[in-house]
This record gives sequence, C-alpha cells and structure tokens, in this order.
Amino acid sequence: MDLILEGIKKAFWLLVTFDPEVMGITLLSLEVSGIATLISLLIGISVGAAVALSRFPGKRFAVSLINTGMGLPPVVVGLFVTIFLWRNGPLGFFEILYTPVAMIIAQAIIATPIVMGITLAAIQQLPQKLRLQILALGATRIQMVWILLKEAKLPLLAAVMAGFGGVISEVGASIMVGGNIKGYSRVLTTATVMETSRGNFDIAIALGIILLLLTYFINLILTQIQQRERPR
Amino acid sequence: MIEPVPILEARNLEVERGGITILNISFLYVQEGEILSLIGPNGAGKTTLLQTLSCLLKPFQGEIFFRGEKVYENHSVLDYRRKLAMVFQEPLLFDTTVFNNVASGLKIRGVTRGETRHRVMEQLDRFGIGHLSNRSARTLSGGEAQRTSLARAFALRPEILLLDEPFASLDPPTRDSLIEDLEQILRQTRTTAVFATHDRIEALRLSNRIAVMNTGGILQIGSPVEVMNHPVDEFVASFVGVETILSGKVIKRNGGTFLASIEGREVEVVGDAHLGETVVLCIRPENVTLSTRPSEEGTSARNVFPGRIEKIVSLGFYQKIELNCGFPLVAYVTNHSLEELSLAEGRKVKASFKATAVTVMRKEGV
Repeated sequence: MDLILEGIKKAFWLLVTFDPEVMGITLLSLEVSGIATLISLLIGISVGAAVALSRFPGKRFAVSLINTGMGLPPVVVGLFVTIFLWRNGPLGFFEILYTPVAMIIAQAIIATPIVMGITLAAIQQLPQKLRLQILALGATRIQMVWILLKEAKLPLLAAVMAGFGGVISEVGASIMVGGNIKGYSRVLTTATVMETSRGNFDIAIALGIILLLLTYFINLILTQIQQRERPR
Repeated sequence: MIEPVPILEARNLEVERGGITILNISFLYVQEGEILSLIGPNGAGKTTLLQTLSCLLKPFQGEIFFRGEKVYENHSVLDYRRKLAMVFQEPLLFDTTVFNNVASGLKIRGVTRGETRHRVMEQLDRFGIGHLSNRSARTLSGGEAQRTSLARAFALRPEILLLDEPFASLDPPTRDSLIEDLEQILRQTRTTAVFATHDRIEALRLSNRIAVMNTGGILQIGSPVEVMNHPVDEFVASFVGVETILSGKVIKRNGGTFLASIEGREVEVVGDAHLGETVVLCIRPENVTLSTRPSEEGTSARNVFPGRIEKIVSLGFYQKIELNCGFPLVAYVTNHSLEELSLAEGRKVKASFKATAVTVMRKEGV
C-alpha cells in the first residue's frame, strides 16, 4: 500500500512542477500521433469518400478490405514496418528504424484504415438522393464531394477522434519501430511500459494519468458529437 | 418543326437497367412557360424521365435539345444543368440554417454575396418562411422543409423547373396550401415546369398538359380536358378516373349521333361510327345523374336507364354508386344527395347521362 501512495504522491509532484522529462515525453507523443493522424486523415478521407461515391468492379471486396484494416493488430503493423525498415530490408537505406519518423509511419498505417472505414460508412449513410439534389443545384463533381463531406462532418470528426485515440494509446508498434530511446523516441505509452518494469511507479503513474486525461478529453469530444447527431 | 422552338425537346430517349428498358420515349417537347405534368402509377418511369431530362441519369440513349440546341454538343451538361432546378419528394436540405439552404444553389453557381442575399430574401418572403430564416433545417416540419426546398430551387431563377412528386409526403392541408402557392408563383414568374405526380387532381389543377405514363412510355399527352374526357385506352381511362367502360355494337346512325346496343339497352352517343361496328365507350361517373322519381321529368338526357344499386362506396366527400342497369354503370353523388334520395344498396333508381357525356374510346371495326 505504501508503494502505491508514495507513487501517487510523487506523480502529482512531477506533474505539478512540469517535470521536463515527463513533459518532453508528452509533447513527443502528441507530435508523433498528431502527425500520424493528419496523414491518416488526408489519405483516409479522400480514399474513403472516393470508394463510397464510385461504382467499380470489386467494390465490395475493397470495402471488406477497409473494414478488415480497421481491426489490424498494431503489433503486426509494427512487425511489417520493422522488416521494411530493417538495415538489410527494402527501405533500410533510409535508416529511419528506431526514429520518431518510423513511429509516425507505423501509427499512420494503423490509423488510416480506421479513418477510411468511418468516412466510407458516413458518406454511404447520407441519403442517396442528396447526391442528385446537389448535382441538380449545378455542382461540379468536386463541389458535390466537398458538400457531402460537410454534411458528414460529425461522423468525420468522430473518425478523427477515433484515429487519434487509437494511436496515442498504442504501444506495440511504437516500441518495435521506435526503440523507446530516451529523449528521442520515447512516448507516453512506451515510457510507461519501461518505467513500470523497472518499478519506478511514480513516473509510470504520472504518465498514466496524462494518458488517462488525454483519453478522457477525446471521449468528451466524441460524446459531444454523439449528442449532437441529428435525429432525422 | 414546332413553332416557336420549344424550350425542351427530347428524341428517342431510352434507358436500360439490368437488361430491361425502363424508359422509351420517341418524342417529347415542352413549350416555354407551360406546366406539363407526368402522371402514372409507381414504376411508370416518371422519375426516370425527369432524371434523364435533367441529365442526372446516365447513361441514356437519345437526344435532348434545349432551345433547339443539342445538349452534349453545344451545351455542356453542367451549363445545361445550371439552367434547371429540381425538387424531389424529400426536401433534402443541408444541415444548416434555412437561409443558407436557400442560398446553397446560388453559392454553388458562384453568385455574388449581395445578389444571393437579395434573391434568398425574395424567395423566403414568397414562400412565407421569412420567419424561419435562422432556424436549423433539422427543426423544420415537413411543409416548412419542402417550402425551403422550393425556395432554394426558385432562387436559382431556373429556366425549367423539374419536380418529382414534391407533395407526396405531405399531409393534405399542407399539400393544398403548397400547391396553391406553387401555382401562383409558377404563373407569376411564367416558369416552365415539368412535374411528376400520381395524384390526378394535382395534375388537373396545375397543368397546361398532362402526359399519362406507364411502363416507361407515354400513353397519351394532351390538355387535362382532352385526357380526362377522351382517354385513348382502358389504362388511361381508369387512371384518370373513368369508371364505366362499355363495349357495344352500333345499330343505328342519326346524323351527328349513333345508337350503340349494350346488353340489350340502347345508348345514344354523340359521334360517328359505322353500322355494325363494335365501339368501346366510357362514361365519367360525375356525369351520371340519379333519380328516384317514378316518371321521366324534363331532362335533356336521352339516356335514361332503370337500374339497381349494387354497392355504395364512401369516398369521403362523395359516394361512389355502383349500379346494374343491365350493364354496369358507376355514378358519383354527393353525401347530401345520398341522404336526400335515401339511396341504399338494393334500391331501384333511374340513372341518366347525356349523349355528349359518352366518349368513344375505340372502334374495333365491323
């Protein structure tokens, strides 16, 4: 019991005094996951919308692929990214294994199918005739896609939150491709794993609290979105 | 060559879906300023025709001419679409305020802010929804939403307005009020309109011409009076509300009229036919008068037939009386008349109709 209480006391101290190491880890987490989410948004929304709005042979297969991708195990992603970036691997000459860049890549790969899948579903859920109405108002194809995305802005925002939430709390792939190097590729999740295994519960608890706060924040936004969902 | 050049002309339109031809129209024109309605049952092809005319439905075979110029060759599809506006059965509004919704079409078409504002205010006023300007579209009632959709379409000052059963989802009082407003605005602005409906009363009220459609084709097209009183075949007849369709043989000719023998009874018809010809006649139920007086009074009806009331069906404001006069005959009477004459099933009455009220639908030859 003493262990826990001591840990909690020290954790609060670290947080309240803005301990530089803890802050550094937090900032890196936000940076890496933030950029990864941004990339996943760019690719995910455009491809998701494109698949939702077009008709092509094998569409059903593509949709199921995207849906499968949403449940991709992060460690498998970590495995494949590691293999590709390995010294003798196909992209080894970039020498980005064990760098934040590799983490961004892995996290983007994890988040993109999630964003894609939610965008696809969101657009498909809009009334079929809405597309016709927009075209009838004289819109070009691009204008139509833009308007449809605006109409689906609530589910799209949920996609952003889901994507970000998924990667900021991800640990498997991040350790594998990042290496958890102090001050360089150490993020909230990977640091927590390490400090816990060493018995440094004060730092671990501090990091855990930050992660919890972030998760809470994300869910707060998601709940707000849900409550605002139109009851058409 | 039709003079003046019709605003819209369509030739050899054909649309196929899954191996079935769902639309096949060899020729259709719309005159500027006219209101053309398309009536027909579900699946008749009304929606397909509207969507093809607005080039929303691709692919299709055939040609469309706007003011004499072919769309696709001289007009790009986008330019052509920007001369039209379309309103659907569902309001299909955007998740924003009423004002922004009405402005959305203008925004898409790149109209300036000032002009947009002016036109939106104009339409909000015209459709009586000015007080809803800042309301979210999500909070509108069915009638208000459809008004917003119409305002959005009219704000574009379209050269042709296409409407696909715009009032089908509204309750009767809302529908009536909207039809009245729409009629007024169409006449005022002299907008050309093509609208689809399965409500023949709506069509009668609003249109200059009615096209009756079924299974992808136009069966008959003409003024409401023409189509309602002179349907070309049984389908059109029953769709426009003709209840009595009889077949008989011509037994006598008298100058401008002839007598047809139907089940042993003689019916006088205004028109021309050959002796011995089989004719198919139709009589609108509104033109049949019933009487319970024993003797013939001074009526101008030459066709008076005693008969028995087989069935009375209430249609709300009036009653449908199915009679057996030797041949089946249907009459409509008001609730008041029903009471006045104490009509009841089994009762014997006299049914009469004028010779002019009988339409010869078809002559099947000798």
